[in-house]
Amino acid sequence: MDSSTSLETHHDTHHRAAAHEEHKLGWWRTYIFSTDHKMIGIQYGLCGLIFLFFGFSLMMLMRWQLAFPGQALPVIGNALGHLFGPGSMPDGKMTPEFYNSLGAMHGTIMIFLGIVPVAFAAFGNFVVPLQIGAPDMTFPKINAASFWAFGVGGVIMLTSFFVPGGAAKGGWTSYAPLSVVADTGPTFHPFWNGQTLWLFGFVFLITSSLLGAINFITTIIQLRAKGLTWMRLPFFVWTQFVTAFLLVLAFPPLEAAIIMQIMDRVAATSFFMPTGMIVNGAPLHISGGGSPLLWQHLFWFLGHPEVYVLILPAMGITAEILANNSRKPLWGYKSLVFSVLVLGFLSFIVWAHHMWLTGMGSTVSAFFQTTTLLISIPSVIILSAFFISLWGGSIRFNVPMLFATAFLPMFGIGGLTGIPLAFNSADLYLHDTYYVIAHFHYIVAPGTIFALFAGIYYWFPKATGRMMNEFWGKVHFWPSLICMNVIFLPMFLQGMLGMHRRWYDGGQGWNVAGETVWGQTGFQWNTWISSAAWIMGLAQIPFIINFFWSIRHGKKAKENPWDATTLEWTAPSPPPHGNFLSAPVAYRGPYEYSLPGRDVDFTMQSEPIQPTEHVRRTEPEPEPVHA
Amino acid sequence: MFSLALINEFLGQPPNASEHGYQIDHILEFCHWFMGALFVGWSAYFIYVLIRFRKRRHPTADYHGVKSGISTHLEFSVVLIEAVLLIGFAIPLWAKRVNQFPETKDAILVHAIGQQFNWNFHLPGPDGQFGRRDVHLVTNSNPLGLDYNDPASKDDIVTMNELHVPVNRPVIIELSSKDVIHNFALVHMRIAQDAIPGSLIPMWFKPIKTGTYEIICGQLCGLGHYGMKGTLVVDSPADYQAWLKERAELSGTQAAAPAAPKTANPSGQPEGKPGEPAQSPSPSGL
Repeated sequence: MDSSTSLETHHDTHHRAAAHEEHKLGWWRTYIFSTDHKMIGIQYGLCGLIFLFFGFSLMMLMRWQLAFPGQALPVIGNALGHLFGPGSMPDGKMTPEFYNSLGAMHGTIMIFLGIVPVAFAAFGNFVVPLQIGAPDMTFPKINAASFWAFGVGGVIMLTSFFVPGGAAKGGWTSYAPLSVVADTGPTFHPFWNGQTLWLFGFVFLITSSLLGAINFITTIIQLRAKGLTWMRLPFFVWTQFVTAFLLVLAFPPLEAAIIMQIMDRVAATSFFMPTGMIVNGAPLHISGGGSPLLWQHLFWFLGHPEVYVLILPAMGITAEILANNSRKPLWGYKSLVFSVLVLGFLSFIVWAHHMWLTGMGSTVSAFFQTTTLLISIPSVIILSAFFISLWGGSIRFNVPMLFATAFLPMFGIGGLTGIPLAFNSADLYLHDTYYVIAHFHYIVAPGTIFALFAGIYYWFPKATGRMMNEFWGKVHFWPSLICMNVIFLPMFLQGMLGMHRRWYDGGQGWNVAGETVWGQTGFQWNTWISSAAWIMGLAQIPFIINFFWSIRHGKKAKENPWDATTLEWTAPSPPPHGNFLSAPVAYRGPYEYSLPGRDVDFTMQSEPIQPTEHVRRTEPEPEPVHA
Repeated sequence: MFSLALINEFLGQPPNASEHGYQIDHILEFCHWFMGALFVGWSAYFIYVLIRFRKRRHPTADYHGVKSGISTHLEFSVVLIEAVLLIGFAIPLWAKRVNQFPETKDAILVHAIGQQFNWNFHLPGPDGQFGRRDVHLVTNSNPLGLDYNDPASKDDIVTMNELHVPVNRPVIIELSSKDVIHNFALVHMRIAQDAIPGSLIPMWFKPIKTGTYEIICGQLCGLGHYGMKGTLVVDSPADYQAWLKERAELSGTQAAAPAAPKTANPSGQPEGKPGEPAQSPSPSGL
C-alpha cells in the first residue's frame, strides 16, 4: 500500500493544483473542446448513453406497432406525427415507411452511436491510459478530432429524421440495390434525403473510429508504465487493444464501400447495380454491370469484426469486475489473452456466414462454416475461464458484480444459439427469422449493455470521486434482467414458428404467426415482448436519476473504493490533468487478489515485491523491475 | 418421413412438408440438444458457485482456484461435437441442396421473379421452353416482359403470387429479381434462397404433403415487404393438371390440354449446375 498511501497524503493539495490548472484552460477547453482523455471519454460516454436510450426509444415505438398494428399510438402518437413530419405517424398511426426508418436507425444508432462509443471510445479513453499508467493518450488532439467526427456523424444521422421522406429505410445493413433506389425520385431531394445522409453520416463515424483506434494502438504500445509488461496488462487493456485493431483493419473497406454507394446514388455509377433492373415498372437508366453481392461482402467484412468490437470490451469490463469481486485472480489469464488474439484474427474470416442464402456453393460455405466453428473455440475458452474464475472466490454482490455476473449466462445464451446459425443447413430454416434477432440481441443487449452498466457503476467513483447508490442500482438491475429475458426469449419461439424480421404488421397478416406455441400465437407474443420493452424503459429511470444525482451527491469515494489492484486505482478520484502524481511503476500482475500471506486481500500492481515475499502464482514469474 | 424433433416441436416449429426437410430438422434438433446440455450444465455450475462461494459463506478467497484440467475436456468435447455436426451433417446436407439437383425430366421447372412486392412465376408450358423475356417489353399487363412473338412463349404460363406444384415431384425454382433483393422462403418446405437482381439462382425441394403454404419474402425489400406474400399450393397430380389447364386457358393460348407430366418436358433440357444460368433465352438477366 506504499504508493497509494503516499498518494493519499498529497491528494488534496494536488487536486487543488489540478483544479487550478484546469481553470486556466477555461470552461470551453475543459469541458467541451478538451484534449484530456478522461474528459473525451466522459463526453463519449454521455453522448453514447443518450444515443443508446434514443435508439431504444425508437424500438419502443416500433414495439407499439408490432403489438397493435395499425392502431393509433395513445397520448404521444399525434405529437410524434407532428415532430417527425407527414408520412411518419399520421393521426398517431405508424406508416410502413416510418417503421422501416425506425428499424434501420435503431440498428445504426445502437451499434455505431451507442455501443461502440460507450464500450470502445468511452471506457477505452477513460480507463486504458489510467490502467497502463499513462498521463494521456499518445495523440490528444487526434483523440479530440475523433470525438468531434463522431459528433458530426451523430448530428447528420439525427438530422436525417427531419428531411422530406424521413431517415434511411433500408435496414442497418443498407443492402444494395434497395439502398441505392430508396429515397430517390421526385419527392426526394437528391442530397437531403435519409439514405444519402445516412451514408455521409457513416463516413464521419468511420473516420472517428479510425482516429480513435490508431490512438489506442499507439498508446497501449508506447505509453505503458515502467514494469507493465504485456503479460501484466489488465485483460481489459488487451480487449481494447484487439478491438482497436479490428476497427483499423475492418472499417476502411466499409468506408470505401460507403463511398461507392454514395457514388451509385448521386453520380449514377453502378458499383452495386446489375444490368436490366426494372423499378416501379420502368427500366432503370443506369450503366449496370455491378454486383449487389459486392456490397454484402464489403459490408460484412466490417460487419462481423464489428460484432467483436461490441463484445470484446464487454468481456474486458466483465473480467475486471469478476476478479475484483470474487477477490481472486482471473483463472487462465494467459489463455484469455491468447483467446482474444485468436478471436480477433478469426473474426476477419467468418463474414460470409451472414450470407448463407445468397446462393453460396458448397466449397465456399464449407470454408466459412469451418472458420465459424473455429471462432467458437476461443469464445468458449473465455466464457469457461470466467466461470472457473468464480470457483474458490469470496463473491461480493455489489451492483457492478450483479451486472457482470448476469453478463455470463446472457452472453452464454447468445453464443449457444449461434450454433444452429453457424451451420448453413440449419440456418436455412432460421435465416432472417426472429430467432436471429433473439440470438444477436442476447449478445449485445443483455450481454454487452449489461457489461457496460457494470463498467459504469464500477468506474463511476474514479471518474467523479463519488459512488453511485447501491440500492437504486439494484432497482435498476433486477427489472432490467427480467425484462431483457421476457423480451428476447419469446423471439426464439417466434423464429421457430417461421416469423421473419422486419414485418411492419408484427406478423398479423401471416399464417405462420397465427400458430400457437406455449399457449400464445406468435403474434400474441408481441404483446408480452412489447410490454416488457416498455417496462424496461421505465426501469432505466432509476439509473438515469442515480447517475446524475450521484455526480454531486453520491457518497464520497477514495481513490480505491473497490480494493482493486490495477493502476487506475492509484490515481486520485477523479484523476487530475496528467492523471498520476508520480509516474506509476508496475511490479506484478494485474489480479493479485487474496495473495497468501498478506494482511489485505488485494495487492496492487504498483506494490514492489518484498524480498521476503513468498510468491506462488499461476502466472509467469514477473521480472524484477529496478525502478 | 420419420422425424425426431422433440425440442423443435416444443419450440413451435411447424411440421415439415418436404422430402429433405426432416434432415434440416434433425441437425436443428441436434443443435438444440447440444445447446441445451451445455446451458443446463453451465447454469447448474454457475448457480452452485454463486451460492457456495458468496462472501458470507466463503469469506476468504482461494488464490489458486481451480487446478484441474476439466475445462480442457469440455473444450475438446465441444470441438468434437461441432466437428461431427459440421462434417457429418451440415456439409453433406448443403452439398445435396446446391450440387445434386434432380433430373430435369422428372422435375417441375419454374422461374420465380421477385419484384416490389410480388412474386411472378413463369412456367414453360407443355413445350418445356421458357419464352424470351425482355426488360423493354415490361408493362403492367406483362410484368415479366414476355416476348409473345417468340414461339416458345405461346404456351407459357405466367402467374402472380400463386404457384401450384404436384406432390411428390421435385420442384426446381430458378430465382431472380426485377428490382431489389428478395428472399424466397418456404418455412414448411425448410428451404429459402435469395432472389438477387442480375443473378439466376436455382433452388429445389420435393413437396411430400398436399396443402397450401405461405411463400415469405425473407429479405427487407421496401415499404411493402411485410405484405409480400405468395401462396404455394401442393396439389395432387390430378388437381395439378386441372390447374395447368385452367391457367393455360386464362393465358389465352392454343394449348388446350397440357400433356402428361412425363412428356411435359420433351426437350429434356440438361439440368444446369447451380449458379449457371438456366436455359431460358433471357438476355436481360431478368
